Amino acid sequence: MNGATVIRNARHWRTGERLDLAFDRGVILASPRQDEARVIDARGLVLAPGLVDLHVHLREPGQSAKETIERGTRAAAVGGFTAVACMPNTEPVLDSAAWIEWVRARAEAAGYCRVHPIGAVTMGQKGEQLTEFGALKSAGAVALSDDGRPIMSASVMRRALEHARHAGLPIVCHEEDLTLRGDGQMNEGWVATRLGLRGIPAAAESVMARRDVELSALTGGRAHIAHLSCAESLDALRDAHARGILVTGETCPHYWTLTEEAVLGYDPHAKMNPPLRTERDRRAVIDAIRDGTIDCLATDHAPHTEDEKRQPFDQAPFGIVGLETALALTITHLVEPGHISLARALELWTESPRRVFGLPDVRLEAGHPADLVLIDPEAAWTVEPTAFQSKGRNTPFAGQRLVGRALATICDGEITHLDAAIEVGGARPGRREAGLERSGSLATPR
Amino acid sequence: MRVSLVVVRHRSAGSPAFLARHLEAGVINAGDGEHEHPTQGLLDLLTLSDAWDGRFEGRRLAIVGDIAHSRVARSAIFGLTTLGAAVTIAGPPTLIPAEAETLGCAVAGSVEEAMRGADGVMALRLQRERMESGLLASVGEYAKGWGIDRERVALMRPGAPVLHPGPMNRGVEIAPDVADGGESRVFRQVENGLAVRCAVLARCASALTEVS
Repeated sequence: MNGATVIRNARHWRTGERLDLAFDRGVILASPRQDEARVIDARGLVLAPGLVDLHVHLREPGQSAKETIERGTRAAAVGGFTAVACMPNTEPVLDSAAWIEWVRARAEAAGYCRVHPIGAVTMGQKGEQLTEFGALKSAGAVALSDDGRPIMSASVMRRALEHARHAGLPIVCHEEDLTLRGDGQMNEGWVATRLGLRGIPAAAESVMARRDVELSALTGGRAHIAHLSCAESLDALRDAHARGILVTGETCPHYWTLTEEAVLGYDPHAKMNPPLRTERDRRAVIDAIRDGTIDCLATDHAPHTEDEKRQPFDQAPFGIVGLETALALTITHLVEPGHISLARALELWTESPRRVFGLPDVRLEAGHPADLVLIDPEAAWTVEPTAFQSKGRNTPFAGQRLVGRALATICDGEITHLDAAIEVGGARPGRREAGLERSGSLATPR
Repeated sequence: MRVSLVVVRHRSAGSPAFLARHLEAGVINAGDGEHEHPTQGLLDLLTLSDAWDGRFEGRRLAIVGDIAHSRVARSAIFGLTTLGAAVTIAGPPTLIPAEAETLGCAVAGSVEEAMRGADGVMALRLQRERMESGLLASVGEYAKGWGIDRERVALMRPGAPVLHPGPMNRGVEIAPDVADGGESRVFRQVENGLAVRCAVLARCASALTEVS
């Protein structure tokens, strides 16, 4: 029996052309046939390669109260993602080949998207002894990072970049000078002053971004600067691009949507690291997305338990979830106001991150992997954290009305997310789909 | 057990707001981290009201010292500006919070500038940990630059009161002869504190009775 699936009446994400696309056993076919076992009626929705998030915290091993690989990747699928790169700041830290293999095996068994582990740069993320980059890479690590902590020693970072260059892996830099950050809880500025909270100056990020640009220039190693939040760091990245240095950078939805004022009222859901900055910084982030300074977008999906976040602001941990709101925040706050086109926005979530980490290309062409997302860019919906697939409900966007939603996600040829609004004819459950409940439609026509 | 009223002093800024969100009880803020200390603010207002014959408009208080970490300073600034008085703050640059003027006060470049012509001064307690964390070079350097001594008191209008939330580091933020001098209202503040806190409890308790 033919196991092929065809998506009919889709709109090509880049060209806008009407498109029928068939795939079988995880691979896109040359042309739709007449005998497909399964037909998805796209009703003119946008079809794009699956989104990629280079910066998520899946919290396994060791922190499964916050998130699991299963729930985190379910959240990814609902968000339209077919691949995520997960950070190694788990318990224990992913600083050995064995743990990288463990994460991959766990994701293979329980995951709803491709999971690319990121190995630690230093043992235990202590910033001292380098990990075995070669072994980590052989085990499947796609990048290296001590994310959650900076590498404070410039000399350790220099050596790391030299080895990373040899290993052919980028180093994802969490830019934060701990001596400048002190016990800061939010951006240093009038809101921190008003609330009596210790501040984190933007310079805590930008001096390290500048340092790592110079170290990348010195070594030829590839630095990817994580979660850029402030104007000065973006300038550092812009300068690096102008000088032809091998540095890339990402920013996250909260930095183009929110400012430090979200902390007024001491809401721990507005607490993340780096912190929400000023309106000037928010505009600088948008400018950097517009002018191409930002190489790709990422969520920094950082789930925490409700108990951990239900504390006074200074006691609550840093971080918010992002996988299930990222696409809508991109469309609502970057595309709708006209800052960038939908095609460019999708490029920043698909081709760009794949290029940054050197992941296999996914194009809507024969022979490419069937990693796909069907998007309704006009679907309006309200963020309801209790409906999240992620274990983490820590979002500052609860109750917000957003536009844009992934209505179906297909990873390796299997449907990993399907909104009730999408009709599938002759459905045959695949491996992942067997346990997949159809999520209720949150999308309502505007 | 149903608690009607919670009085909370906590090291976390915003903890009373946090409790108020999660409890049905009334919450009285007795000092939250480096944010606010409302009953201290009220007792300072009462003390200044006595010294200023009940008139706040046109008056100006200088607040000197560690503004950044001071909940006393914030509550005093909010209380005084609400009543129509002006506040000028002064202190070592490392102890002035970012964008301090957004609190509603003026920021002076020196203690002299802040105190010249002022209608009163409040010296803040200096915590030893500010030296340990490298925000200040030494106690002596602080006393020289920012301590309230006779000469600096003389810059103010005659009879202008000197306040301090206590306990005082004599010879650091306040010279001993100023602490014990005729302008000092420090003991008056302690007395007023008792009265103000009784009043706050009575007001809140009676408000709760009216509600139920």
